[in-house]
Amino acid sequence: MIRRRTRVAAEPVMTGPAPIVAAPIVAASGIHKHFGALHVLKGVDLAVAERELVFVIGPSGSGKSTLLRCCNRLETPSSGRIIVDGIDLLDRHTDINAVRRRIGMVFQQFNLYPHMTARGNVTLALRKVLGKGRAEADEIADAALARVGLAEKANAYPLELSGGQQQRVAIARAIALEPRVMLFDEPTSALDPELVGGVLAVMRSLREAGMTMVVVSHEMGFARAAADRVVFMDHGLVVEEGPPAQIFGAPEQERTRAFLRQLDH
Amino acid sequence: MDEFIATFFNVEVIRAASPILLQGLWMTLLLVLVAVPLGIAGGVLLAVLSVFRHPAVRWPLIAWVDFFRAFPPLVLLVFIYAGLPFAGIEIGAFGCVAIGFFLNTSSYYGEILRAGIESIPRGQVEAARSTGLSAAQTMTWVVLPQAVRNVLPDLVSNTLEVVKLTSIASVVALPELLFQARQAQSVTYNPSPIVAAAIIYFLLLWPFVRLLSRLEHKAVARR
Amino acid sequence: MDSWDRFVFTFFNAQVMATYLPRIVEGFFLTVQLALLIVISGLALGLLLAVVRSFGIRPLNWLIIFLVDLFRALPPLVIIVLIYFGLPSLGAAPSGFVSTWISLTLVLAAFAEEIVWGGILAVPKGQWEAARSTGLGFATTLTHVVLPQALRLSIPPLTNRTIAITKGTALGSVVAVAEILSVASGAVGFSSNPSPLTLGAIAYLILFVPVVAFGRWVETRFAWKR
Repeated sequence: MIRRRTRVAAEPVMTGPAPIVAAPIVAASGIHKHFGALHVLKGVDLAVAERELVFVIGPSGSGKSTLLRCCNRLETPSSGRIIVDGIDLLDRHTDINAVRRRIGMVFQQFNLYPHMTARGNVTLALRKVLGKGRAEADEIADAALARVGLAEKANAYPLELSGGQQQRVAIARAIALEPRVMLFDEPTSALDPELVGGVLAVMRSLREAGMTMVVVSHEMGFARAAADRVVFMDHGLVVEEGPPAQIFGAPEQERTRAFLRQLDH
Repeated sequence: MDEFIATFFNVEVIRAASPILLQGLWMTLLLVLVAVPLGIAGGVLLAVLSVFRHPAVRWPLIAWVDFFRAFPPLVLLVFIYAGLPFAGIEIGAFGCVAIGFFLNTSSYYGEILRAGIESIPRGQVEAARSTGLSAAQTMTWVVLPQAVRNVLPDLVSNTLEVVKLTSIASVVALPELLFQARQAQSVTYNPSPIVAAAIIYFLLLWPFVRLLSRLEHKAVARR
Repeated sequence: MDSWDRFVFTFFNAQVMATYLPRIVEGFFLTVQLALLIVISGLALGLLLAVVRSFGIRPLNWLIIFLVDLFRALPPLVIIVLIYFGLPSLGAAPSGFVSTWISLTLVLAAFAEEIVWGGILAVPKGQWEAARSTGLGFATTLTHVVLPQALRLSIPPLTNRTIAITKGTALGSVVAVAEILSVASGAVGFSSNPSPLTLGAIAYLILFVPVVAFGRWVETRFAWKR
């Protein structure tokens, strides 16, 4: 059964500008995904408006990461429709590489290129996808690294950086391409606790600059403080969604309550 | 096309050559049965000796291993085969091949096993010794079995190389598969016997090459 | 003459050595030349095959896998003999030098393909995903992100395999390539003294001991990182 919730636009938002008027930047509808016999997504809808920060939570195996990866076609949905910034991702004629550079992605394991410096990591796509010259690419990269507070690490290799610093370089690599939306796939799960704060601070500053973001994460404190909307998924379905105050304060669904109770322990 | 087949896959020639090719195959297998166990035994000895980190053991050992790894096996074989009679030693082609293979392959097996032994964490030895096992028992029952498993793809790969290497015995007139094939070719003026020998080698070794590919990719995936 | 003198006279005969030294030196440089050609063409071909294989074109990959298996399974000397004695029946008569070059190139290419392909498989999937998520295409991702890492992983095994196959240049003596071994053993026949072989052995040591030491260095150097 597909759950369709109509969003209430009038709901006051804790931080950031008021959302949802124009066409959404990400509009996924009726997404199904099978891995062999496994039915991971069972008809999921997700719409993200410009400048909105959507937080996706749920137990492991709920399909939240798969949903995120469908949004830039790292996974191809078995059926459904995904429109990002007006472009149909599943259309055969879509140049997927051209779309992907407008969708920033940040991975749990950072996935920095170990054979390149921080600056090299950021400039690769600038030069090879956008065709910028070395000098211009370096300039953009240094600005992006400065935004994540790592201007002085431009010449460091990933192995010389802490996990938190690596993840911030990965964020710089994505924002340097000036994406219309950023996808975060458990960006802090692989980090030691003391390194999480730096990454969240960078994400908060992106949010304040008006970046549209979809975040899959277990950082509930961050969700409470920064999200416009929280989506709770379980067993490949969206169970419930709404503003953080509602989801964390007064969830309607028993499954949501059970999940949040577990987290408290 | 007919001419091609008559040249390279001439059934009559191959049928006529088949008895001596078969003799050659047995000789090749006999060589393998001698060379592989000898090489492994020598390799184990070299690897176990390398555990002693004392410079008086370590450096001669490295020199010995690198010396025989630097020599092309064929050069070593020819040197033994052509040189020994001048020193008044006559041991025949088979003896020369056995000595040459022993010196060459034991060095390779030794290097592989040494890497395997070094891959075993120090804690394994400490744990074994703490239960009262002697150094030799620890090596035999704790370290070597794990070492062998860690370098199994390399051991299989090296064994494959040894089997292929037996073909150089043809140079010192030992009647193994390649030698017999060349004899047949020179008598019939037709390369079909060499093609037949190549096919025999391939059929014999292909399963091991496949196995090796699987082992190697599995080792990569485990990292 | 005591036995030591006889030993020196037999195996380290200065007069015989002096006579044949120039020819051994010539053989030395021919060996170096042959070895370099094999290394360059074999590694290039192997790399090319690995790259082609990563495109995942089914029938093409089956062909590559079969050829790689074939040249890993056949003894190099069998391939040399087959090309040298077999091809003339087809009208092409490659020299011993060319036969050895082609044969060992094919063997090295087969091993190199397998090693580089293993390296490509060993690069984590996340590297592909990260690159593709920034809009890089398959080819750019392969050449700029995956291959540099795959080659780094491949260097130690590739170095050792290349050294081992290069030593196969001695097999050229079977098909009349005037490299070190063939010059030396020919000289033994002329002079009825094995000293030229000693000289040949020394020439091989001069050539390959540094190379083997280099291989050892590469192995430790690249083992530390990662």
